[in-house]
Order: sequence, then C-alpha cells, then structure tokens
Amino acid sequence: MSSSQVTKRTKYKTSVKDPGSPGVLRMNEQKLMFVPDNRNSGTKVVVEFKSIQGHKYTKEGSNKPPLINLSFQGGSYIFEFDSYADLHVCRDFVGKVLEKSRETSTTATEKAAVTLADEQLSAAEMQLRIKLLQEDSELQKLHQQFVGGNILTEAEFWATRKKLLNKDSSMKSKQRVGFKSVMISDIRPLTDGRIFAEKPAVHRAYLNFVPKKMTEMEFWTKYCRAEYLNRTKNVHAVAAEAAEDEELAVFLKEDDILAREVRKKIRRVDPTLDIEADEGDDYTHLPDHGILRDGSKEVNESQNEFYRRTLLQDLNRHAAVVLEGRTVDVEREDNTKAVAEALAHSKQGKQGADGNENEDRLERIARVPPIEDLQPPDSLPLAPLSIKDAREYFDSQQVNALKTSRDASARRESRSCNTQEAYASMRNAISEIKENGLSDPIVSSDVAIKHWTTIQELLRHFWSSYPITTPYLYTKVTRLKDAMSNIYPQLEVCFLQKFTSLAFFHPYGFALNQLLMKKELKESLQSELRHQVSLLVRPMQQALDAAIQHHDVDMQKRSAKSGEKPNGYT
Amino acid sequence: MIFKLEDVTVYFPYDNIYPEQYSYMLELKRALDAKGHCLLEMPTGTGKTIALLSLITSYALSKPENPIKFVYCTRTVHEMEKTLAELKLLHNYQTRQLGPAAKILAIGLSSRKNLCVNSRVLAAENRDSVDAACRKRTASWVRGLAAENPNVETCEFFENYEKAASAAVLPPGVYTLQDLRAFGKQKGWCPYFLARHMVQFSNVVVYSYQYLLDPKVAGIISKEMQKESVVVFDEAHNIDNVCIEALSVSVRRQTLEGATRNLNRMNQEIERFKATDAGRLRAEYNRLVEGLALRGNLPIADAWLSNPALPDDILKEAVPGNIRRAEHFLHVLRRLVQYLRGRLETENVEKENPVNFVASINAHAGIDQKALRFCYDRLHSLMLTLEITDTDEFLHIQTICDFATLLATYARGFSIIIEPFDERMPHIPDPVLQVCFLLSFLVHVFSSSILFQRLCMMFGGTPAQNPLLSCHDASLAIKPVFDRFQSVVITSGTLTPIDLYPRLLNFHPVVSRSFKMSLTRDCICPMVLTRGRKKFNEYLLACYISDQLPVSTKFDMRSDPGVARNYGKLLVEMVSIVPDGIVCFFVSYSYMDEIIATWNDSGILKLKVISVSILLSDTKCPLFLQEIMQHKLVFIETQDVAETTLALDNYRTACDCGRGAVFFSCCQDLRFVLLPGAICIFPTVSNCYYHNLVWDVHSLGKVAEGIDFDGHYGRLVIMFGVPFQYTLSKILLARLEYLRDSFQIKEGDFLTFDALRQAAQCVGRVIRSKADYGMMIFADKRYSRHDKRSKLPGWILSHLRDAHLNLSTDMALHIAREFLRKMAQPYDKTGGGTRKTLLSQEDLEKMTNDGSINDILY
Repeated sequence: MSSSQVTKRTKYKTSVKDPGSPGVLRMNEQKLMFVPDNRNSGTKVVVEFKSIQGHKYTKEGSNKPPLINLSFQGGSYIFEFDSYADLHVCRDFVGKVLEKSRETSTTATEKAAVTLADEQLSAAEMQLRIKLLQEDSELQKLHQQFVGGNILTEAEFWATRKKLLNKDSSMKSKQRVGFKSVMISDIRPLTDGRIFAEKPAVHRAYLNFVPKKMTEMEFWTKYCRAEYLNRTKNVHAVAAEAAEDEELAVFLKEDDILAREVRKKIRRVDPTLDIEADEGDDYTHLPDHGILRDGSKEVNESQNEFYRRTLLQDLNRHAAVVLEGRTVDVEREDNTKAVAEALAHSKQGKQGADGNENEDRLERIARVPPIEDLQPPDSLPLAPLSIKDAREYFDSQQVNALKTSRDASARRESRSCNTQEAYASMRNAISEIKENGLSDPIVSSDVAIKHWTTIQELLRHFWSSYPITTPYLYTKVTRLKDAMSNIYPQLEVCFLQKFTSLAFFHPYGFALNQLLMKKELKESLQSELRHQVSLLVRPMQQALDAAIQHHDVDMQKRSAKSGEKPNGYT
Repeated sequence: MIFKLEDVTVYFPYDNIYPEQYSYMLELKRALDAKGHCLLEMPTGTGKTIALLSLITSYALSKPENPIKFVYCTRTVHEMEKTLAELKLLHNYQTRQLGPAAKILAIGLSSRKNLCVNSRVLAAENRDSVDAACRKRTASWVRGLAAENPNVETCEFFENYEKAASAAVLPPGVYTLQDLRAFGKQKGWCPYFLARHMVQFSNVVVYSYQYLLDPKVAGIISKEMQKESVVVFDEAHNIDNVCIEALSVSVRRQTLEGATRNLNRMNQEIERFKATDAGRLRAEYNRLVEGLALRGNLPIADAWLSNPALPDDILKEAVPGNIRRAEHFLHVLRRLVQYLRGRLETENVEKENPVNFVASINAHAGIDQKALRFCYDRLHSLMLTLEITDTDEFLHIQTICDFATLLATYARGFSIIIEPFDERMPHIPDPVLQVCFLLSFLVHVFSSSILFQRLCMMFGGTPAQNPLLSCHDASLAIKPVFDRFQSVVITSGTLTPIDLYPRLLNFHPVVSRSFKMSLTRDCICPMVLTRGRKKFNEYLLACYISDQLPVSTKFDMRSDPGVARNYGKLLVEMVSIVPDGIVCFFVSYSYMDEIIATWNDSGILKLKVISVSILLSDTKCPLFLQEIMQHKLVFIETQDVAETTLALDNYRTACDCGRGAVFFSCCQDLRFVLLPGAICIFPTVSNCYYHNLVWDVHSLGKVAEGIDFDGHYGRLVIMFGVPFQYTLSKILLARLEYLRDSFQIKEGDFLTFDALRQAAQCVGRVIRSKADYGMMIFADKRYSRHDKRSKLPGWILSHLRDAHLNLSTDMALHIAREFLRKMAQPYDKTGGGTRKTLLSQEDLEKMTNDGSINDILY
C-alpha cells in the first residue's frame, strides 16, 4: 500500500452537533488513533479497524462540513476535517483498509479453524500468519496438529515464532525469479523473451522487421524455418537457403552481436582461467610451427563454415544467459513487442553500469582463494538464498532419490518368481540387515525428522513454560504433558509401522515384506527392526523422559508446597 | 606465520602449514645455500607453489648482501596469473610484517596481445595481427615518418613511454598482467615495452617456459638474465613438450602458396626501392658484406622473433655472397618453394634424414647448405630494409625460412616423413601437406629419456644398453641451461622415479627429493563403473538378470546406443545428488559431440529406425540433456578457445552462486594425428621414439592440462571411457613397431600406460588441499581389469577399494551419497593422533625446540 499511514488534523465529535475537540488523527492499517490537542480535557480514542463496521461521509458540495462517520457496534466516531481534500484522503484510506480487513476476516474464518476470543488480532497480522502457513507446509502441519488438536493455543503457537511475524512482509526483498535451467525444446517464442536474450541477432531482427517489414507471425515462421534448417545439420542446404532469402539469412548467419560480446567479455574473464591468453602468448604455435594436432589446428577452409552453428555453442550460450539472469521483469507474456523493447532498453542501461560491475568482479577475482585448511577463506559476498518452503524443496529433492527405488519396485510386481529362490534371497537379506543394519538414509531420516519436529515443538513450549507462575501456564503444561505422554508410546509403534510400510521402497524392501508374511520369521525380524528403531527413537525418548520427569518432580514439589500454603496457586 | 628455517626467517602468509611444505622448503633452502640445482617432487594439493615462493622470497630478504633474481616459468598464462596472485598475497603479508624493506618488484611477462592497451591495436583478431598492428605504429621508420607527417598514425602509449625515457619505471610491487595494463593505462605508457624494459630490474619474473626455452622468443627476451638467478620450472614434467613444439615447423600447400604471394610482394617492394631509394638496398648489401651488423642494436620496437636455432648453433659469420643481393635471395627462396612443392606431390609415405634432404635440395634447386642456414637472418634483414610492418602477412615466408635454417643447421637428430593423404578420409584427395620439424634440444632430451626409462622400468626392459641414451647426449643438451644459471629448480607433482634424473643428465643436483602427501582423511573416492543401472535388485531373489549393459568406449561398443544411454543415466543421476560442480571428460572431441547430440535427441526420430525388440529394452536416451539441465547448467569445451574460456568462467560463476554446473571436456583434443598428406620431418628413428612418447604422454586437452577444478568447482570427475590413442595414426604405428623391435615392449602395454596416465591427469585436478574432497568415476569396464588399473598413479590406487572396482550405476550412486555425507562432517584438521597433518606456529616452534620436527619430516 502506498500510504500505510495517514495523519490529519481533525476534530473529534461524539455526535454531529458536538462542537468537538480538536486534535490529530493518525491512521495506519491496523488502527486509528485520535490524540486531542488538549490532553487534559479531550478524550483519546484508539480503535482497531477490525471493530469498525462501516463508514459514512459528507459529500462535497453539500452544505455540511467535511465529516466522516465510522460506525462500530453500538455507536460511532465522528471526525470533522478542515477541508474536503483531507476528508477524501481519509475516506479513501479508510475505505481501503475496511475492505481489506473484511476480505481477510472472511478468509481467516475459512482457513484458520480456530480464532481466539482472548486475542485481539489485527487483520493484517492474521493475514501474515495465514500467508506463513500457506508458504510453509511444515509449519502448517504443526499448526494443525497442535492448534487444531487444542494442545496449544494460537497465541502460544505463534509466540515462539515472533521472528517470523516480526518481519514486515513488505520489507522482505523480492527474490527475482531467473530463467529455468532447462532449455526450451519446443518453440514457444512468446514465453519470456528468452530467445531474444539467447540470440541477440534475432532480437535485433525483430526490432527491425516487425511490424514494418513483416508481421509477427511471419517473423516467427521464418525463425522456425531457420531453426529447422539448423537442425538438419546440412551446412550446404543452409547456405543455399540463406543465399536465396535475405531475411532468413539473418537467422542462419553467425550472430555478430554475440561474437562482439564474446570479444568484450573475454577481457574481463578470470585471468587464472584464460586459455585464450595462452594462445596470445604462445609463440610456438605460430601458424605451421609446432606439431599439427587433431582438432586444434585444422583449417576451416569451407566458407560455409559461416553457417555452422553447433549444439555445443547453443548449450554454452543458453547456460550463460540463464546465469546472467533475467534482466527484465517480464509478466507481459502476451506482448512480445513490449518484451523485446524492454530488453533492448535494459541492455542500454546495463552498458552504462558495466564499468562498476566489472571492477567488483575483478576485485573478487583478485582475492586468491587461500588453501582452505591453512587459512579460513573469506566469505564470498553472496545474496542469501530464500527457500520459502524448505519442506517442499527437500521433498522434491527426495522424490528424485526415491524415484529410483520405486522404479525398481514397480517392475518387481510384474515379476513372478520362484518361491524357493525368493525364500533363499530373503534369508540373505535378513542376514545382510543383521550385519549392516537398516541404514537406508532416506527412509530413516524422513520418518525421524517428522517426529523430531513434533517433539521439539512440544518440548520448546514445555520448557518455556517453566517456572510456572500463573494458572494459565499450569494448564498449558498439563496439556503439553498429556500430549507428550500420548506421543511417547506411539513413537515405537509408529516407527515400526513406518518401517514396514516404507520397507517396500527400501532396497531390501521386497524381501522384508515377504518376510513379514511368514510367521516364523516375523519374530526375528521384528526384534531386528526393534533394535534399529530404538536407535532412532532413543534420543527422542530421552528428551521426553527428561521433560516428563521434570514435570513430575515439579508437581510433587508443588503439591508439597500447596500443602503448606493452601491459598497459593492451584 | 613466521618461523626460522635454519638461518632464514620464513614469512609464510597462512596461519598453518603442512609438514610437507616445511620439508619442501627445507630442502629447497639447502639447495639455494649450496648454489646448486635441485629436483623436487611433491603431489598436487599440497601447496607447492606458495611454499616455493615464500621460501625463495624470504631467502632473498634474509640475504640482502647478494640479491638473487627469481625466474619462475609456468606452462600457461593462466598459471602465470595464478602464481602472481599467490605472490601478491605473500608480498602483502611480507610488507605487513616487515614494512617497506620487504618490497620487491615482480612482474609477469606476456605477448603484446595480452598486454596492449591501445584499443585500435587490440581490435586486431589474433596475436600475430596485434603484433603487426603494433609494429605499424612503433617501428622506428614509421615514427621517423610521423615526425615529418602528422597523418602517420603512431601509438600514443609508446610515444609517451619513449618520452618518459628513463623515468618510465614501475614502482615496487607485484604486477599481474591485469595490473600492468591498468598501470600503463593510468600513466599512458605502453605496458608491453615497459614490462620488457623492467625485466632486468625486477626481483621476480614470471613467464612461460618458452620465453626461456624457445630460441625464437628467448633470443629477444631472456638474453640478459644474470647468472645469480634461481630458475624454477613448475609442473616440469611438461617441459619437453614446449621444447619439441618450439623447434617444430610444418609446411603445407597453403604455406607454399602464401610464401609465393609474399615473394611477389617483396619483389614489388624491391622494385619500388630501386626506383626511389636505391641507396637503401646498397647500404644493406654493404652491411651484409661486413657481417650481420644488425643484431644487437635494433630499437626495441623493431625486434623480431629470433633465429629458430639455438644460440650456440648460429653461425657468427657474414652472409654468403650468393644471397646478399635482395633479388638473388628472392630467387633462392623461389627455387626452394618450388622444390618443396614438388616434394609434396608424392603419393607415398616418404622418410628421409636432413642430410639427404639438404643434398637433394642442392642437387635439384641449386641451394647449398650454407645459404639455407642463413635464410632466417637474411630474410629478417631484408624485411627491415624493406620496412615491412605487416608481419602477420609474411608468416608464410617466415615459416619457410625457419624451416630452411633448422634443416641446414642440424644434420643429426631428424628424419623427414612425407605423408600424401589424410588417413582419416582416404577418399578425399586432400591437398593439405605438412612439413614438420621435430628437434630435441634443451631439457626435453633428458626428460623424455627419463620418461622412457620410467616406462622401460615399468615393463622390465633394460634401456641402459642403448647407446642413444648415453649420458653424452643428455648432458650435452641440458648443459647450457644448467650452466647459465646458478640454481635451477625442477619441480612437479610427478617426477618419479626421481633418482634417475641425475644419472641420466650427468649433473649433480645438490638436492633431489620426492615428498609424499599425508592425508587427514580419505578425501578422494575413486570408483570404477562398469555397467549401467541394475534394473532388478541384486539382493532380490533370482530376479537378478544380467542385461545390464557394460559401458565402454571400446571400438566395437562405442556406437552402441545402450552405452550412450547408460552414460547418460549415470550423469543424470549424479547431477541430482552431487552438489556444485561436476566435470566430465570424454575420450575425444568427436565422441563428445556425438554423445551429447544423442542425449539431446528426443528419441523420436530414432523410434522409427530401431526395432521393437530394442525398444523394449529401453534403448533411447530420452532427453537426458534436458534432465541434466533440470539440476545443473551445462557448459562445454568447444574448439573455439574464446568460447571455452567464457564457458569455464561461467562454469565457475555457476558453482559460486550455487546453481551448480557440469563441464564437458575432452582429454584428447591435442592428440597428435598426422594430418592429410604431410611431409613430416622427424627426429631420426632412434630419437624418434622419445619424442613420440613424450607428446603422447603429455598431449592433453587444454582444459585437462591447466585448469584446476578444486573445491566446489569439482566435486566429481567422470572419465567416460579410456583415452586410448588414435591407433590408425602412421606415426603411432611406426613408434609402436619401433618399441616392439627395440625394447620388446608390447604395443598394448604402451598404449595402456599412455591412456591411463591421461585419465589420471584428467581426474587429478579435483584436489587442491587436504580440506578439499572429490570423487572420480572411471566409467569403462576396461578399468576394472588389473593390467589397466595398475597403471594408475599410486595416490589414486591407494584409495581405490576392491569393492569399488566393478560398480553399476546405482551402486556408484549409493557410494557417492555416503561419501558426500561423510565428507560434509566436521573433522579434526590437524590430523589428531600421533601424526600431525597440519602445523600451527606454536606447533612448529615447539617441535623445533625439542627436536621432534625431524620425526614429522617427509
């Protein structure tokens, strides 16, 4: 919002006829505040916008003074402004804020199952919370589990996450989304100006030709034709076509802008990588001196060489463009022209700024990376990466990892196998597990992390409630303790189940499953699994034990105390 | 840290030091004390360069009474920059500790192309045209003209530099090429000539090998280095390559055509001068009668590439009478070109030695040996007389003259091979012809002999009986270098077996040591991948089926789409689990090109061709490239050097910013293949052997050779296939035959040795320090065989576990995950336990005091 705060001189009236007390009205998105000039006589008003139900105002041109009337349940606040201009500013502001808060309050009631009576929550704050929940699935899960399960109140839940809330959402720098790494395989020129970025000659041609010489459609048809020709890898055909069609040749020829850029960029390349400088220094490789070698010195005698663009070049160019990032914020997908022009514009701008950037770069390069363990390296000045939903990000990474084992399992089903052999291999699998343990990292870490976060959340709240000074904390602790003791016995069972179900995806999984079917083996396997599970579960159990023990001790003390002081806290 | 090394106080810019570095410095210091030469071998990843730099500079600081000059030779410009950057770090540290007393002048030196700041000169395409563009503005006669005629263009940077005269000096400091350019720009002085001038005043000079070894370049740059110099050849296992290259000349038909054009143009110039300024030609004639008075007192900007022959072999006498007159000389050259053209029209492979070749020239073209020998000098003089500045146009005739001079100077040590057509494309009568001179002179004789010795030892041969390896040869060749400078330090990661060097070279290094590397943890993880993913679980029942296709680049399997698919799958899976950078090496450009194209194919086109049965076995490579790009950006080495450079730079940026990238490179781009229809002048059969051997051992791709993929720039290297040589090459076949007949070394053994060394070189670039870590995958089933595997260097072999010798893709994936997780854990950097792998200053002091330092020395 452009003006998140409005300050105006005004008079506060309790009714229209009231002469009113002059003062200053301040409004921000959450609340409005009126401070009277005369602090002793006037009434100070502080109202949250949430409680405002509607607003009325006098129209300009009518004989009435510029008034605004904000109604709330059971009354209204009336302010008189010095001028209509002031009124309009305030009117617009109030209108916007009210509209917004109405929106959020409806969504809030829909999405957040629990709204709390004991908490005065501004709409904006609510919105922020909802946004956070939406962005982070992990958080949402926890929220549902605890707040939804009435183990923690909304306020308690967020109290430990003040940091998240504190951050003004508008302050968060927007991370510009770059190009995707993947090359476009199908030709959709309109996507995001990437073709223009990768092929400056096409960009130039576009600016020159469209719409003066040809329509957009014709332009892209030509482009596609050229692409097709390039893919045939028939240099002579390409040359022939290019000779016939002048405009087509523009696409087929080597990109002269690129070539120029390369020459420019090569000057600022990291000198410790500069193979090109070697060529420049290499007097043994005067033409025809030295030894002729495969690939390095063949003379390109063909003039059609001009038209040879290789896949390798394209790949390098593509990667370079992706790395450079998007120079224009393109959201106007429908308008290629606009994209093209914006790109041209940004390029001009960039040329000016180039010098500075270059110096920074050289400075960075000049710093020798020291031998790491002899001297800790200077940290590189890098932009922090913001992964909004860590859960989702790592999940997507794991999917790749899991996919492979799933592949295998999918195939497995189609395979019918000899029971005898199956049994033999199962035995092997078991002994394997006995020796090495069930240590597949994906499975164990996945399950473990999930439980850890839950338990950690509980523990965090639990320990932060001590010392218990209020009845409120007392109930909270009791609640938490109950939740913990609920989780406790679940841990082991839950892990065992998880293991057995996940075992299917585990490299040894199939065998395990089969084993579980066989009764005589079940016991031995279970004990084996139990051991594995206990390794994982033990630290969690220990943490819980400590908490519960502390609680019990505290309870005992408390009861002893309360014996002495019957009027003390409950 | 600062510590005492016997009587020298060493200033070392880091807080900690490896024990290896300490030992290295100690040995080096003793060699310097003794004013002798030394050989030091220490594996990569132990900070050799910084140890060397800090010792030598500290040594100079502690002995101000006899200042030593320090000449540091690197293989490439980017290594030079790396060295200078480290030196700068060191210098900053030393000045911080010692104040202005520690100030030194250190410069890097390169060609005009890399140092010029004149934008109009730089607009030229390549080095030769930059040189020419510079000459056009700075040659003495051009400047003379410009004094009279303001329209003649000169270079303001050079003029300013000349004007400043003796005031044009560099203040003390460390100057990389970049810094030199910046300084030149700021002062308005030409950085190239300034740097050339400052070479004699600087304490440290860093330049590439050839500035000292290639007679063409050394003649103009390194003539006046004083004896009290310490010369260091870093990565010296490669030095022979430079020497061979330096003395090779090849002539093809284009060269001859170009030379004819050059001759015509010179003829016109001569006619023009005859008409306008006949006195000038006469003056030249007179000068030639007196001997070559030109040399030595040329203005700095007129200097040309020097004589291609070694300084001691250049005749110090007057130019023979028959080529003193300009027209006569042109006639001689015409006849020579004509003769060569005739020779190139052969249909068979011919082999000859220089004596016969010279005799044949004499008989058919009437040019005697002496005239041939003076070709270079005579041409140089003529071009100066004719005031030719566009030297880049005259490279062809220059090549012919270099050829003639070398041919006539060295009767021994060459043989000439003429090959009539391209063996790779026999149906195309390619007109390109090549004459190639290979001559072993300076150091490369000894080092190649050592390689040879090493090889023979490996195969149990006894090369010592061979008269060609007599100490006489080796010592003769190495003598000038060792004689000229007080201390020559030869250092590299691979000089084993180090005790052979002194014997072969017949010199007595005061120190020759080989250091091992102590590792704090198992930070490398080599694996041999032999087959694709298992479709069915191995642990699972009899479902184990053996259709996992072995992967290999073996000739008969190379074109199998299944191999390409398996390679693709391997990479696709690896990119999803390995963080930051991955480097892939292919056996050759063409193979890389082919396989990437396959990965890029959507598989749709292929569908029609392949039969249903193959389809069922999942042969297509469904957009692997796209899948790879889901995870990482892809950069590729191409034949265009500029593009490769940019790709490398972008690759690093992508690794830095966390996007992650894959770099595709190939390890064979510099493979020696005799080109179509070439005359190749070779070392004689006996010598021939070494050179070929040396080329092949060291002829790696540009990227494989000098670029480090340390730290997060390379967490995984995949070597796709075994980089065997192009076995149809005539030269290779000849050499293999020679090997077999003379030393009973089997062809296969040699090829394996060669290929495995290459592979090791490629993968060996991932480790920079003990804190670094990286994986190496050798993706070819042939690596699992003992005879192949055992040729890998020890530091890789010692980490190659038996369990990792025969992996499928999914097993490799599992191991990679485990390894990466293990490496990500914190660990004790000092090595803990009894044997420390990292020393702090206190450690060092304590150990020196109680004498236990000797226990940890390597």
